[in-house]
Amino acid sequence: MKATMELRTASLFVFLAGVVALIFIWQGNAYALRMLAEAGCLAIVALGLNVQWGYAGLFNAGIMGFIAIAAFGSMLVSYPVNPVFWQSEAPGLLLRMGVVVLIGGAVTVLLSRIHRYGVPRRIRTLLTVIAALATYMMAQNALTPAAGIIEQNSGFIGGFGLPVGLGWLVGGVFAAVLAWFIGRITLGLRSDYLAIATLGIAEIVKAFLKNADWLTRGTLTVSPLPWPVPTASEVGFVAARSAYLSITAVLIVIIYLLLQRGWASPWGRMMRAIRDNELAAEAVGKNVNRRLLEMFVIGNFIVGVGGAALITFGGIFDPSGFLPINHTFLVLIMVVLGGSGNNLGSIFGALLVYVIWTMSEPAALILFSHGAGWLRDVFGIAPPDDLATRALQMRVFVIGLTIILVLRFAPKGLLPEKIVKYE
Amino acid sequence: MENIGLLSALPINELVFFINKVVIAGLIIGSIYALGAVGMTLAWGILRFANFAHGDLMTLGAFIAFMLTMAMPGLGAYVGLPTAFVVLPIAMAVTAFVTIFIDRTFYVPVRKTNPKPITLVIASFGVMLMLQGLIRLFFGTAPRQMYVGPKEIYRIPLAGRDIVITEPQVLLIVFTAVAIVALHLFLTRSRTGKAMRAMSDNADLARISGIGTAHVVRVTWIIAGSLAAAGGTLLAMDVSLKPDLSFNLLLPIVAAIIVGGIGQPYGAIVGGLIVGFTETLAVFNWAILLRPLKPHMPDWLELPASLTFVPTEYKIVVPFVILVAVLIWRPNGIFRGRVL
Amino acid sequence: MSLLSMRDIHAGYGGANILNGVSIEVEAHEIGVIVGPNGAGKSTTLKALFGLLTVSQGSVTFDGKDVTNARPENLVRAGLSFVPQEFNVFPTMSVRENLEMGAYTRRDDFRHLIEKIFEYFPPLREKHRQPAGELSGGQRQMVAIGRALMMEPKLLLLDEPTAGLSPRYMGEIFERVIAINEAGVGILMVEQNARQALAIAHKGFVLAGGKNSFTDTGRALLDNPEVAESFLGGGAKH
Repeated sequence: MKATMELRTASLFVFLAGVVALIFIWQGNAYALRMLAEAGCLAIVALGLNVQWGYAGLFNAGIMGFIAIAAFGSMLVSYPVNPVFWQSEAPGLLLRMGVVVLIGGAVTVLLSRIHRYGVPRRIRTLLTVIAALATYMMAQNALTPAAGIIEQNSGFIGGFGLPVGLGWLVGGVFAAVLAWFIGRITLGLRSDYLAIATLGIAEIVKAFLKNADWLTRGTLTVSPLPWPVPTASEVGFVAARSAYLSITAVLIVIIYLLLQRGWASPWGRMMRAIRDNELAAEAVGKNVNRRLLEMFVIGNFIVGVGGAALITFGGIFDPSGFLPINHTFLVLIMVVLGGSGNNLGSIFGALLVYVIWTMSEPAALILFSHGAGWLRDVFGIAPPDDLATRALQMRVFVIGLTIILVLRFAPKGLLPEKIVKYE
Repeated sequence: MENIGLLSALPINELVFFINKVVIAGLIIGSIYALGAVGMTLAWGILRFANFAHGDLMTLGAFIAFMLTMAMPGLGAYVGLPTAFVVLPIAMAVTAFVTIFIDRTFYVPVRKTNPKPITLVIASFGVMLMLQGLIRLFFGTAPRQMYVGPKEIYRIPLAGRDIVITEPQVLLIVFTAVAIVALHLFLTRSRTGKAMRAMSDNADLARISGIGTAHVVRVTWIIAGSLAAAGGTLLAMDVSLKPDLSFNLLLPIVAAIIVGGIGQPYGAIVGGLIVGFTETLAVFNWAILLRPLKPHMPDWLELPASLTFVPTEYKIVVPFVILVAVLIWRPNGIFRGRVL
Repeated sequence: MSLLSMRDIHAGYGGANILNGVSIEVEAHEIGVIVGPNGAGKSTTLKALFGLLTVSQGSVTFDGKDVTNARPENLVRAGLSFVPQEFNVFPTMSVRENLEMGAYTRRDDFRHLIEKIFEYFPPLREKHRQPAGELSGGQRQMVAIGRALMMEPKLLLLDEPTAGLSPRYMGEIFERVIAINEAGVGILMVEQNARQALAIAHKGFVLAGGKNSFTDTGRALLDNPEVAESFLGGGAKH
């Protein structure tokens, strides 16, 4: 049984390598390397999702939001410093806002606990809500002048000019912190509710990053994002992308090994027990909610690192560019197709799905221009102007169809999780 | 006359502004949410899964109505109503048919494998993406207008200022009211309607009683699809037709459903209105209402130019906060729906 | 020919079989009672009869027709009605609507039947507009049985009808069951209160471990010392 599994894994990867080799030949080195590097980053994200979904059974439909917040964190850390900002009064004002938020937040949290001292619940809730609202309004008041100054003088606050690697780690931390807050509130909910909650959070994060011009330049975008290796303008596309790919590959290996170690440990066994039978695990005394939160945070940390790497590769921070299809559902299908619960499966799924996704762009264009030509010749119908963008929508349809087909015919994925049976 | 004197003392200008921007706007968007939520909640209660493709069914319905309107632009003139509204019943029927087709082709095979509830949700995501892709494929991403000619605008003067309401908005409100009454009669008087309520209550017992569940499921999808098409079309008539209509509707509609209780159609209607009004109240600039009081306030108290709870760009936060709040404090919703 | 004939039934929920060769025969107009310890397969027998689990072996004949693994709609139309032990009403629907749902497959005017149900269960008459979920346990059970009677079944299956009821309601339910039977409806009842149930039974079936253990008239089983020793604690032993 084990031999079959290993044979299957090996042959699938070999098949994939063959496909990739063909792409190198067809589209050229630079193109293929870009595809591989992006696929590699997404593989990291997929590993992170596998931790939450494949191992802990938590359905996170808001991966896009975690990628976005991590990319933001990375940009904040690694983008060059903006001296104009630091020389103005803005940092002082921001500090004031920070203090307001801290104090106000502390007061709110304290108020939310006073019911333990005998204060009736209704009054406690009322006071907490008032405190929260007051904090919000005061912070807003402190923020507006600061934002105004920043946007007028310097565009946005810039970054801290620190190394990119650190930026990715900080990005992961941002995602982890967001996960902690969200998880605390929503993890007790059933899976459909968690899906909707995470979906909503992702949209809110995106809206925030899009509109906080003082923080992110909003729709004006930030570029170029600093790279951990020499960029294409310095050493040419092939060299730069190969270097980037090497870094992502190393990251994948490290994360994979750590996850495998973790999963085989006693802690991993406990997590599996929780996932397979939550009720029983609870009965034995395991603190299920705490463990699920751990998985959620760790998983999203990994998602963050991968997301930061992905956006850095693209070189531009554009909040409007975060799309649920590209950044949530694509990763989802990667994990489901690859085999949820199997790390190798997630890596394989990421590579395979991304190859299909990337290749369907030129394929759709060819298909549609032929189709349009045929329509014109046979029916005399002129094709619409935006044919190119419309053709890309075919990818969305194909992804949707793939999800359905996988659910129907291979619900455990191509490389299903190895279930250890004790006969 | 004394009445006029009293009226002129009230801040009429601001009041009318409030009515326009909050009351009417809330009613409009609330009705759209209600139409979408009712269909989705019925299916959710009976089939035990959230059909995330519902938003795209609304968009699909709107696009079908659009195509029909473009094909027969003069149709409305015969009856004195906008063409898009006249072709609405056809769009509703087609969408209902598509909905049944989707269930039969994509959901039933997955249901047969006895899946976890989350698997059905993922399947609905798949259908959602397929619909989105197809719609954008055929129609592009540019906004379209549902109206062939100009829209009628009605003005109700109220002591100097006008309450403004457009023709599509009036049609929407009337349609929603009629739909609610029709649905109520259907659920309480007709055999199939009662069977639907029975199945929603206790599907196993319904089967044991001999109720043909396949028939009930079919009727549920017909209602869901038709109302979705109506909601999408009427919204597009009010604003404009864009493919990403769907995504912006999904979150508020789910919030409305959860507020009202899953599987509770009346709850969904109330929930839709609650979400709609909360949105308009939250993005309203309350500073405007405080302006008339300015002469009576001390000099040192400065009125901010803008006093909104939530800036308009962050409007999506409102349904989300409602959703999370309800899930935490009262997961059954107002009408005690099921906690799935 | 018996009205109901279950021969050598093997059935389960997919994995292991719970029933390993159960046979039950009920004549028309009879009251049959199934008793036995917990886990003996009593409720499972009724569910297997009503097509709620798969019968892997054996046959079920009702009113001369083979109904093994038939669909519930068809069984209802054939004259077989089932009252589950739990979740046996539609909680948000009124008492009257519950009864209407029982008559779903009828095409005629059944208002006279609702009247008859109210005669059997008078407390329901004044509560006919109340949601069934708001009634007390005993009244809910009346609604549940009433719903099943709306089809004018030839055989009524009852799964532990007195479970969780106060002694007063217990007695009332048993009385009604007798009255319904005297009106011509056959009854097959699973009961935990073995003593009282066997006292009104024409035929009793004792099950243990998924098989028949003793089969006789109700009276005979009550008088049988072996049966008395094993089961007639009325469930208190276990």
